[in-house]
Amino acid sequence: MSITRSFWKIGLKIGLIGGVVSVLLSLIGMVEAFGQRDIINEVISMGHTLLLMVGIFMAYLAAKRTSSLGKTWVLFNALVTGILIGGCLILLLLLGNLVNLRAIFINASPVLYSILTFGQNIKTGSLLLILAGALIGLFAGLIYLMPNLMRRVIVIPLSSVMIAGVIQDLLRPTLAAWGSIAVVSEWIFTANGLSLQGAIALAIVIALILLFWSFKGKAIQTGMKNLPPRQQRRLRSIGFFILIIIFLALPQVLGIFLSEVLTIVGLYVLLGLGLNIVVGYAGLLDLGYVAFFAIGSYTTAILTSPELGFFHFSFWSALPVAILMGILAGVILGIPVLKMRGDYLAIATLGFGEIIRILVLSDFLRPWLGGAQGVGKIPKAFIGSFEFGRPQEIYYLILAGCLLVIFISLRLRDSRMGRAWMAMREDEDVAQAMGINLVATKLLAFATGAGFSALSGAIFASKLSSVYPHSFNVMISINIICVIIVGGMGSIPGVIVGSVALVGLPELLREFAEYRLLVYGAALVAMMLLKPEGLWPAEIRGRELHEGESKTTEEVLPTEGGP
Amino acid sequence: MLKQWKRLKERITPTDIVMWVIGGAILALIIWGSTATIAAGRYSSHHWFDFVIFGLAQGSIYALIAMGYTLVYGVLRMINFAHSEIFMSGPYTAYFVAAAFYRSGFLDQHPLISLLVIFLVAMIISSGIAFLLERIAYRPLRTAPRLIPLITAIGASFFLQYVFRGLYGSGFQAYPVVKIFEGEWTFGEFRILRFQAVVILAAALLLAALYSFIQRTRVGKAIRAVSEDKEASYMMGIDVDRMISTTFVIGGMAAGAAGVLYALMFKQVHFFMGFIPGIKAFTAAVLGGIGNIPGAMLGGIFLGLIESVGPSLFLDGLGIVAPYQLKDAIAFSMLVLVLIFRPTGILGERLAVKKA
Repeated sequence: MSITRSFWKIGLKIGLIGGVVSVLLSLIGMVEAFGQRDIINEVISMGHTLLLMVGIFMAYLAAKRTSSLGKTWVLFNALVTGILIGGCLILLLLLGNLVNLRAIFINASPVLYSILTFGQNIKTGSLLLILAGALIGLFAGLIYLMPNLMRRVIVIPLSSVMIAGVIQDLLRPTLAAWGSIAVVSEWIFTANGLSLQGAIALAIVIALILLFWSFKGKAIQTGMKNLPPRQQRRLRSIGFFILIIIFLALPQVLGIFLSEVLTIVGLYVLLGLGLNIVVGYAGLLDLGYVAFFAIGSYTTAILTSPELGFFHFSFWSALPVAILMGILAGVILGIPVLKMRGDYLAIATLGFGEIIRILVLSDFLRPWLGGAQGVGKIPKAFIGSFEFGRPQEIYYLILAGCLLVIFISLRLRDSRMGRAWMAMREDEDVAQAMGINLVATKLLAFATGAGFSALSGAIFASKLSSVYPHSFNVMISINIICVIIVGGMGSIPGVIVGSVALVGLPELLREFAEYRLLVYGAALVAMMLLKPEGLWPAEIRGRELHEGESKTTEEVLPTEGGP
Repeated sequence: MLKQWKRLKERITPTDIVMWVIGGAILALIIWGSTATIAAGRYSSHHWFDFVIFGLAQGSIYALIAMGYTLVYGVLRMINFAHSEIFMSGPYTAYFVAAAFYRSGFLDQHPLISLLVIFLVAMIISSGIAFLLERIAYRPLRTAPRLIPLITAIGASFFLQYVFRGLYGSGFQAYPVVKIFEGEWTFGEFRILRFQAVVILAAALLLAALYSFIQRTRVGKAIRAVSEDKEASYMMGIDVDRMISTTFVIGGMAAGAAGVLYALMFKQVHFFMGFIPGIKAFTAAVLGGIGNIPGAMLGGIFLGLIESVGPSLFLDGLGIVAPYQLKDAIAFSMLVLVLIFRPTGILGERLAVKKA
């Protein structure tokens, strides 16, 4: 008996947690802000979807926790969870009805209440909430009990519809530029969310693709594997070729806004690859990496800007100087921190980053560096008469930079120096005992990383045509660290994936600006708890982190605050 | 003689020389600047006294926050980056209590009782957040490599900032003024702004209480044992998980109290208010030798003083315009200077060399 009672408690506990999360999401205004927009026109808004996702996720979790006790308990616990989440929201409603919550929580507005009651009065609304909670709980429980294939065929199309709804503002204009496809997009999308028939069609198409893949996918994969090696190689090089064409054509297809996002992602890839050498390969936690970015930018600005008027270099002649300055700064800042380890290193480098920013910002150095107003009128880069002016063109400059840096990183990783860095990362003392010159190795890591960062800075300056001290605060350094760790430490594709996930996606969701960083933070925490090795880990590290763990192939549902 | 010289030469590497040159240059600059400033005599002794008092007040707040960093670092060997949000959450929530007291006039009638309540609310909220943070975000990561808890902490920091922004709004809220702390007390020819004196006194009391709690009580002893060696203390019958939770709660209480002091001093709260003091306090903890409790206090007060006195003392004499803008640069230069000569902080222990 006592065992069953404790299983009953699981639903209670998870339901209460889910309830608190939903109430919190409502009170911080996310539900209301997302409520403005529909996922499916006139059917479900984004705010409701958010709560729905919390409900499904929590009920699924409850079901999973009780799986060992048979189907009835699974369904029961999922149901309890769903009802409790609805109940917590009702409590919020009643409380809001009694006292004016708005004196403290500015987002507890009438609009929120009307979203929560589905526009009805409190009594009907509460009933509806409980009903919805129960349905959600049952749905999640049933999903859990389904066979694998069926679950995928239900869950993935539904999430695809949701994602299509979330990024509708992005998809619609992009598709609209494509002539005949525009008709399709007109049919799928309305002015606010997907149309009902569009959503259904999209879900069905994706479900069909999934079904096809699950029956035929294995055969195709084995067929590819059974090809003779030469043909396999040819297939791979064709794939590579297509990839390059896609990369080259991307900005022409995507339009100005997405190209701008791409350039920002590209800059972060450049920065990330540089820091990847310092942190990922050599294991030196550098929180002041933005300093070299600033040095690259400001060197370019001083050398090229007519506003300051010291020099009149072109971008291309300023670039090597900027990189050299970056490398020099890397060595100079590297020397004092040679003996420090771990957190002492982190805070000292953070200090350096801040010192550089404060110096640039100060009135004291204003005649030379422009002070708080920054430096403007930095010329764009030219090749012949081709100007790297618009985002679509700067993209190519950044792409070239990325390819160069990826090439250098790859070669360095497999070189003697790369192995020395990794040895140092694993254990400094042992590495030294093995005859590695720690001083030279560390300084080279700092210098290489700084050089990449300065390159990125120079491109950044020319991209914006101006530099401001405020572009170089600590948050940039921290973001880059997050990029390489979320991507996977020491992994080059990881840096790219990390930049897309942490820089690209939030840029796309800019309209939820207020909640961007909240979701970003929650995603970082969730990511570290669920998949600490990163999205695309370097092979060795992935293995290290999962030592002694059996591999789980189970898919994890999207976590709270999904959009 | 020659042999000794040779041995010495072998021991000193070129990097040592470079480091000494950098350190020496900074020191020389400081001495030169200070003598020039004092010779110029632009500031009277009253000015210096004000700088020192302000520095002490600011420094003791840093010291309180730094305690949280250093305690957590001691038991978990991690930088709790979200500590600055723990610091923010308490006074921001207590603001609503304070505002209610102010509106009803209770604050002016019974200022001490109201302040006590405000402090309590802030400390409870901050320690609650710290407790939840450890439970949800950090506990599953005990055995993970060092960088992973750091990223989690950064994520939690963003999350908390924007949760509080969502809850309470993004504007600055003006903390109500406590009337009895307005004005100044005079001692002979020196005068102290009352609220600064209150901040220093309160912080000193809290620090002393905290220190004796860690040193004297059984729980404090257990926390110290856990930070020495988790496994051994586990075998000695100490509930390690509970001690780690307790550490977070204590650190959170200190941060909440520091937050109210900060709000009393600067008279406003904001969802982003934790970031700068957080980084400063972390710097202070490292400066004193992270993991070392007296070190955190010393580091905090040192940093506060340097920030307040430094710009005028070191830079004014060098003819630098607007030296006050460079106060953070001075603070961080000091940090680097200290770390050059003592790579594990002022009171740093061997532990930092061994483990970090």
